[in-house]
Amino acid sequence: MEEAILEAIRLAVTKIPDDVVKSLQEAYKRENTPTAKFNLENILKAIEIGEKERIPVCQDTGTVTFFVEAGVRNPYLGMIKELINSALEKATREIPLRPNSINVLTNKNLGNLPIVHWELVNGDRIRIAILPKGGGSENCSALAMLTPAEGFEGVKRLVIEKVKECGGKPCPPIILGIGIGGSSDLALKLAKKALLRPLGERHKDGRIARFEEELLEEINSLGIGPMGMGGKTTALDVKVEVAPRHPASFPVGVVFQCWAHRKAFLEISENGEVRIWQ
Amino acid sequence: MAVELTTPLSEREILKLRAGDVVYLSGVIYTARDLAHMKIIKEGAPFDPRGAVIYHSGPVVRKKENFEIVSAGPTTSARMNKYLDKILDMGVKGIIGKGGMQPEPFGKYRAVYFAFTGGAGSLAAKSIRRVVEVYWLEELGIPEAVWVLDVKDFPLIVGIDAFGNSLYSNHR
Repeated sequence: MEEAILEAIRLAVTKIPDDVVKSLQEAYKRENTPTAKFNLENILKAIEIGEKERIPVCQDTGTVTFFVEAGVRNPYLGMIKELINSALEKATREIPLRPNSINVLTNKNLGNLPIVHWELVNGDRIRIAILPKGGGSENCSALAMLTPAEGFEGVKRLVIEKVKECGGKPCPPIILGIGIGGSSDLALKLAKKALLRPLGERHKDGRIARFEEELLEEINSLGIGPMGMGGKTTALDVKVEVAPRHPASFPVGVVFQCWAHRKAFLEISENGEVRIWQ
Repeated sequence: MAVELTTPLSEREILKLRAGDVVYLSGVIYTARDLAHMKIIKEGAPFDPRGAVIYHSGPVVRKKENFEIVSAGPTTSARMNKYLDKILDMGVKGIIGKGGMQPEPFGKYRAVYFAFTGGAGSLAAKSIRRVVEVYWLEELGIPEAVWVLDVKDFPLIVGIDAFGNSLYSNHR
């Protein structure tokens, strides 16, 4: 099982998922300036090399983040934390990954320590989503506690401002995760989890789906383009998730993801069988 | 315009470059990011900065008999804005990174900002022939150490030229 988690980490960092590749290929066709073409061509080449040679596409193999949906009747539940730790340590040596965990006080490099979000669910399956999250895009994250009066228009203003301010820093074309409602912490968590949805998929609530589309269109009209050097494609997709809010609050979490949107999923059944996909 | 250049860079060479030009860079370059910049400013560079090219990058490295660079794309250069004047004043003539920097110092000190595509680390590694040397590895760790890299035909775009013209200025 440790081996399976390692393989899922390897899949995430070496193979950019098909939905992302397809979207980048479409962007390449759409762009018509030499600079935008230069960047998208490099991106598509890097993706090919990563998959063929099984090496990390981006050298920033990120803060390796795990979202665990833990079925309470799965017999392996008690081992999962240890398995994630040991698989990540092994992955760091074997793939290899860049050691990305730094002691805040001493600046010493500690290797790679995972961030794990747990959610207990009924049932006998454990589902793990792996999201190795690069620092350049993560640095553009934002939290705003808007007033209810500002509402969705306020969200739009905030997101556009933030995208403009960040320009080329988060490695556009980006994917945006936006969490609206809940509390300060939940808004950001929803935003990050929203990134796990497939590209092109719209929210099942038609009103939120339209909001996603409007935002995507507006962001792509800014002209920031691939790597912030100008072009039509600034974002590949926008994902919005919502949760009930406090009467006084309208929290908004915004999480940026770079074009190298690395993700992998695995599921452990009650008899220990593992399935890995992207 | 596509130009082939070899490090160290001379002022004469870089004054010919304009924002948007494609450059194939060969020779020795030095990686440095946040902690290495702090240390360079405090203690001086562990290499001759005159005409040097600094690469904002923290590579993935495999250690066999020698060090091997597995993946090495650029990191966000804007974090190094606060060191830029001092670095260029030391004589550094080129910086490779992503996302752009303040353009004014490049005009003032006659230096060039080269952009490589962020995230394309596996492709960038193809232009790296070998690791010549590494400084401060023990103290700073793999991503933050100063890696001395011998590169061949590293494909770059001039993002900011030595007159302070920036491809980024219209988009920030």
